[in-house]
Amino acid sequence: MRLTLHAVPEVPLEAEAICPDMLMGLSADKAAELPVFHGNEKARLGDFFSVQGEARDGTVTVEGDLSKVKLIGNGMSTGRLRIEGDVGAHLGAEMRGGEIVVTGNAGDWVGREMSGGRITIRGDAGHMVGCAVRGVPVGMLGGEIIVHGNAGNEVGHGMRRGLIAIGGDSGDFTGVSMKAGTVVVMGRLGMRPGAGMVRGTLISTQPAELLPTFNYDTTYRPPIIRTILIYLRKLGFTVEDLYLNGPYQRWSGDSIELNKGEILLYAGTRQ
Amino acid sequence: MFIESTEIIDTFAEAFAMWGARVIITGENEKWAMAAARSMTGFATSVIGCKCEAGIERTVPAEETPDGRPGVSVLLFAGSPKGVGNRLVERIGQCVMTCPTTACYNGLEAEERVVVGGKLRYFGDGYQASKVLGDSRLWRIPVMEGEFVVEESFGVQPAVGGGNFLVLGEDLTATLDAVEAAVDAMEVPGVILPFPDGVVRSGSKPGSRYKALPASTNDAYCPSLRGRVPETCLPESVSCVLEIVIDGLDEPAVAEAMRRGIQAAAGEGIVQITAGNYGGDLGQFQLRLHDILQGGT
Repeated sequence: MRLTLHAVPEVPLEAEAICPDMLMGLSADKAAELPVFHGNEKARLGDFFSVQGEARDGTVTVEGDLSKVKLIGNGMSTGRLRIEGDVGAHLGAEMRGGEIVVTGNAGDWVGREMSGGRITIRGDAGHMVGCAVRGVPVGMLGGEIIVHGNAGNEVGHGMRRGLIAIGGDSGDFTGVSMKAGTVVVMGRLGMRPGAGMVRGTLISTQPAELLPTFNYDTTYRPPIIRTILIYLRKLGFTVEDLYLNGPYQRWSGDSIELNKGEILLYAGTRQ
Repeated sequence: MFIESTEIIDTFAEAFAMWGARVIITGENEKWAMAAARSMTGFATSVIGCKCEAGIERTVPAEETPDGRPGVSVLLFAGSPKGVGNRLVERIGQCVMTCPTTACYNGLEAEERVVVGGKLRYFGDGYQASKVLGDSRLWRIPVMEGEFVVEESFGVQPAVGGGNFLVLGEDLTATLDAVEAAVDAMEVPGVILPFPDGVVRSGSKPGSRYKALPASTNDAYCPSLRGRVPETCLPESVSCVLEIVIDGLDEPAVAEAMRRGIQAAAGEGIVQITAGNYGGDLGQFQLRLHDILQGGT
């Protein structure tokens, strides 16, 4: 099934209907009747998108400037969602399975509270990747978020399981209050990475200024980093050989919490 | 049937249903991966005395391993999934975790799995941590050199143990040359030869005159007993017999290894090639030599 944006929304459009779970088995006409919210007004999916074909195999392609379209793939459990262009906030929120690929940039809250599946952003992502909404202590519960570009603040805030990989830089408070899971940042970490982290792993290939509540352990070459980076390579993520083979500093923290988290910073030579 | 001057007896190898697992061991270099693999597959020639049978399947290039380091693939077989699991915990714990720089990954996708890293992790005394990548959970156990990485669980699948053939030679030199050539030819994916360098001289028959022993020497094939046993299986010109035992993840793999081995072993100085069986009453598989050589099983 292919959805093409024909009317750009003036205010954010909440389009939970754009999800393989909702669209599988529907004809194009039926799909166009699914409800969306344009601001606080109820509307039809067909008011904004032209719908072609069916999603028999669970594959849905959406095209156009979707930067004002929110909640695409909300609660998705199966299928494949391909977004050709930019996309708005809350992409793949509470996602449980399947795969979302975005060829452009994504807004804030990518993969909010997701528990399974994989989201790939070819461009940049906004703030709060893999987080919980405010007031909820636990963020991402599983699955994978792969951002080839940069990401904003609070990547992985409160995450408990899963893997987040950022190809460029990440903003401030990356991995703040992490319960567990893994965040890999190939570029620079912003200010105060890992603040309040309980468990989990933050990996960066660049130097970082860490909080004084992180304690230096050693410099070594743990095989797990190679395993993680090679796994990401197989997903199409760019990883240079020197980051596979080089040494990493290991810092334990955050000691204001359980002190069972770790930050691993590349400590080898650079090309 | 003859291959050159060697008679291939019209008989079958009686093989048994087992369960198998594949372990990928990696290391800083091939030396250390191989050191762990050799240690893990030591004292694993026969389930009769070792509780499992294990061997090195092949070296694995760095490009194919999960952590991009040189690796070695090990196959381990036992009588049940639980047996495989117990032996993996013992042998990975004692022989791989102890070996510098190594990591240990599941190499077999199978519906049934046994927990290995999930048990070994307790060695970490609370400092262990896990990472989930795709469908796999990896445990990181801190050790004095760094970390030992081991997968939470390993796939196990039904397998075939005890494929075999016996090489009956005119003398020791000819027989050794024949079995060495056979072993070299028997590198088949999914197959191991659990005995020392693939060869066993102490073939056994089931039972013994001593009640405590489940198996005893295969007297019908012992040249030194030709004049004493009630019935010998040795032609007059035979003075040495060596056996090759084959375990595999499936019957076609075992049959293919036998086919290659028999063809390589046959020739000058080898009088007969036959196979060990118990009349077909014990094993679940019958691998007929003539069928195998003619392309069937």
